[in-house]
Amino acid sequence: MPIPTREEMYRALEERHGKELQRKFAAASVAVCGLGGLGSNIAIALARAGVGNLHIIDFDCVDISNLNRQQYFPEQLGMPKTQALSDTLSRIAPYCNITADCVKLTEENIPELLRNEAVICEAFDKACQKAMLVNCVLEKMPEKYLVSGSGMAGLSTANTIVTKKITKRFYVCGDGVSDVSDGIGLVSSRVMVCAAHEANAVLRIIAGETEA
Amino acid sequence: MVKINGEMLAKDGMNVADVLAEMNINPQNVAVELNEEIVPKASYGSTVLSDGDVLEVVRFVGGG
Repeated sequence: MPIPTREEMYRALEERHGKELQRKFAAASVAVCGLGGLGSNIAIALARAGVGNLHIIDFDCVDISNLNRQQYFPEQLGMPKTQALSDTLSRIAPYCNITADCVKLTEENIPELLRNEAVICEAFDKACQKAMLVNCVLEKMPEKYLVSGSGMAGLSTANTIVTKKITKRFYVCGDGVSDVSDGIGLVSSRVMVCAAHEANAVLRIIAGETEA
Repeated sequence: MVKINGEMLAKDGMNVADVLAEMNINPQNVAVELNEEIVPKASYGSTVLSDGDVLEVVRFVGGG
């Protein structure tokens, strides 16, 4: 069956979300930094909701150890995550404007690479990298909305994962404590809960609902 | 008194670096906001807390 036209897909989203909200989602630009368990799930949630412009960034390739929680397929092993996820996002939301950068984000390149998006999602794996991105954006790009994730490892209750508004434009999702190096590591369901919190925070910001 | 992550504590006169050390937190893995403004990492040692300040220490743990 041929895929629906841009207008058909847009109308279907308008029927779900309402004209006004869908107009905001379609006009929005969001950067997803890191395309692992958090980032791949966040990007898919945003694409499904009809966010018009997604900028996905990661330097890594799909590995067999990623398949327990990240939105990749076994036939994509070895492929850059940016390419693998672009392919999937294009199937989900064929008219979404996707920009993919296969690059490692650093304090030096962040201001240039993230200049176009109003909302930035931190979805890295390492604690020091999360802190680097968050500090860099808060210091150098205070006009941005920033949503970050911290604490989603293990298989304890998902009810401790929350979205906290730290300051006017900075939100943190997670339980704040469950470190990947304690216990059994990352499990799909709990990582997806945290990713869903981040995606939900992003959509609420776009909608103008800026409380956590 | 200083409000740190929602808790009122007698930390007036201390700097941010000392507060983090006391909380046993690696300064590499945090973002610190003082009265809604980010504290640059290079300024942790020179940022002294005063009565009525509101400090948010966001600690990052690994996993994503």
